[in-house]
Amino acid sequence: MEFPVGEKQTAMLTITNLHAGVGDKKILRGVNLQVNAGEVHAIMGPNGSGKSTLAGVLAGRETFEVTEGEVLYEGKNLLAMDPEERAAEGLFLAFQYPVEIPGVTNNYFLRAALNAIRKHRGEPEVDAAAFLKLVKEKMRILHMPEDLLKRSVNEGFSGGEKKRNEIFQMAVLDPKLCVLDETDSGLDIDALRVVADGVNALRSPHRAMIVITHYQRLLQYIVPDFVHVLSEGRIVLSGGKELALELEARGYDWVKEREPALSGARR
Amino acid sequence: MVLEAKTNFLRQFEVVDRAWPVPTLAPYRQQGRARFAALAFPTPRTEDWRFTNVAPLLETPFELPVDSASTVRLPLPPVADAGAVRLVFVNGAFDRERSEVDTSTGLVVESLATAGVERLAQLDQVADSSSQVFTALNTSLLCDGAVVRIPDGAAITPVIEVVWLSHASVRNVTTQPRLLVVAGAHSRATIVERFWGTTTEPATYFTNAVAEIAVGEHAVIDHYKVQQEAAAAYHVANTQVVVGRGANFTTHAVLLGGRLVRNEVRVRFAGEHAEATVNGLYVGAGKQHIDNHTVIDHAVPHCASHELYKGILTDQAHGVFNGKIFVRQDAQKTDAKQTNQTLLLSDDGATINTKPQLEIFADDVKCTHGATVGQLDADQLFYLQSRGLAAAQARRLLTFAFANDIVHRIHVPAVREELEALLVHRNLGS
Repeated sequence: MEFPVGEKQTAMLTITNLHAGVGDKKILRGVNLQVNAGEVHAIMGPNGSGKSTLAGVLAGRETFEVTEGEVLYEGKNLLAMDPEERAAEGLFLAFQYPVEIPGVTNNYFLRAALNAIRKHRGEPEVDAAAFLKLVKEKMRILHMPEDLLKRSVNEGFSGGEKKRNEIFQMAVLDPKLCVLDETDSGLDIDALRVVADGVNALRSPHRAMIVITHYQRLLQYIVPDFVHVLSEGRIVLSGGKELALELEARGYDWVKEREPALSGARR
Repeated sequence: MVLEAKTNFLRQFEVVDRAWPVPTLAPYRQQGRARFAALAFPTPRTEDWRFTNVAPLLETPFELPVDSASTVRLPLPPVADAGAVRLVFVNGAFDRERSEVDTSTGLVVESLATAGVERLAQLDQVADSSSQVFTALNTSLLCDGAVVRIPDGAAITPVIEVVWLSHASVRNVTTQPRLLVVAGAHSRATIVERFWGTTTEPATYFTNAVAEIAVGEHAVIDHYKVQQEAAAAYHVANTQVVVGRGANFTTHAVLLGGRLVRNEVRVRFAGEHAEATVNGLYVGAGKQHIDNHTVIDHAVPHCASHELYKGILTDQAHGVFNGKIFVRQDAQKTDAKQTNQTLLLSDDGATINTKPQLEIFADDVKCTHGATVGQLDADQLFYLQSRGLAAAQARRLLTFAFANDIVHRIHVPAVREELEALLVHRNLGS
């Protein structure tokens, strides 16, 4: 990698030659990526290219085994941290398939999560009243149903509600690095707008986002600073937001045809 | 060994007759003893007891606690409801002083030993002492217990709470709690039974409880049993219920204490269009053995039963679920559903034997059953961790949620909240 030294020090996330897979199956084959505070990076790619694996590896999902490479988050070795430590350090993964947890209310879950993160940061726990005030405000932004807090986590939610709930949690937990894994899948256009508005409201110079998507559609609403194309476990093409449009027009085969000419990924 | 056990209990028959000469109960005792003599204690070869070896219980000589009521002052568990009608028994004897009995509503709530003979009607008729040896033993040793008679049409608002306290300090003692509930037609009531006790090593105690509940036509009866016996205690119980036409009966058994526990719930539908919910939660740790044995007898058509038993076992705890459902030949349009789910949270020997047993002799019925045994869901754990919850906290929360599936169904707020707090704080295998 050839990042200038000064830039590397300010990078929020630096992925170097990341290889990962499941069992004997290799999925990521040398991903390189640098994300700085304030930036929104889109990662696009066809099915099976490794997009969700990348998200899973960043969040610490045990299913995936990292065989090579390094991930530095704010200069720390991300891969050595437990999932909860990553969350406490400010990493948030919006799941492609949010998990239903019957018997645990959103209220209990989210307050426990927020307080776990605050405790890690050395901040006092929020009391019930302050918590309610905070979540009510975020619920309004994401048009969450009134009874949300009393309901079990994601149980009986529609696909759109589950995705909104992910962004709602993100808003409450206030992370530094947001990884959105196919947040647009299964959303109709109205739901997509609500989700995108929620995400855009969280854009800030102190926060970075990695938006993983198969389609360009989401990127009309969440406009990225950079677009990367993942193919067969490597980033094979990087560019600005216009790259998404080009991909939409030409399809992923165009990238594959170009691929032999590329010597690896950088932006 | 088993013969010795019988001899030992036979000796207690004389003790009962001497210490509690209650003329109204004498005929019941005689009938119980005749039946007890004809029955044998179960062995590991007895089909219904295959997974539960009662040898440790039978090898321990137990005595009736003759003097306990006056000398033992056990703390009471929290009151289920501020306005509750409450009967307290200490080592089998009625503790009048600490009981709260209000009969202004027409409700009869009293001690078995003082109840008039007409109030004992149906005693030993709902429960089957002719085929169940422990029930026969209970009847043989009847000395006190609770009688609850709810008049026709009465809706009893206060919770009726029966508290069975046990204590063994020097000798090994046995108590024979007996509850008779006769709910009149169109009546409504909620009954909470609590079992609670302490021991001083090496003494232990054996609770051999029988509850008989006759649910009248169109009555709505909610029954809860919370078992928090001492860790060293033995607990064998039979809750036997007959449900009348159009009635709705619900029971929840929450089994938390005891070293060797056998909890039987038997429900028989006696009239059409009745409904029964039979739920249970068993939480075992250490070397606890908790055996749940349920029988739902669809003897008549058009009845529905719902059964959900959930268990959490850690360490080397052993759980058993044997759920029988009989659908008799005439019982068309029966709707029966049975589910047993167990979490095994240790890799050093927690075990569950689960055995659904459906015997269906009618053809136009809907019967389903399912059993799952497993660990906590890895995706759920990861989801919670990815939001910042530590692995241990995430496991505790998911285990609590699993148990709370039963607890949240408890309609008595004080009992529900107490159990929630208890389960949150109990180390559920994390």
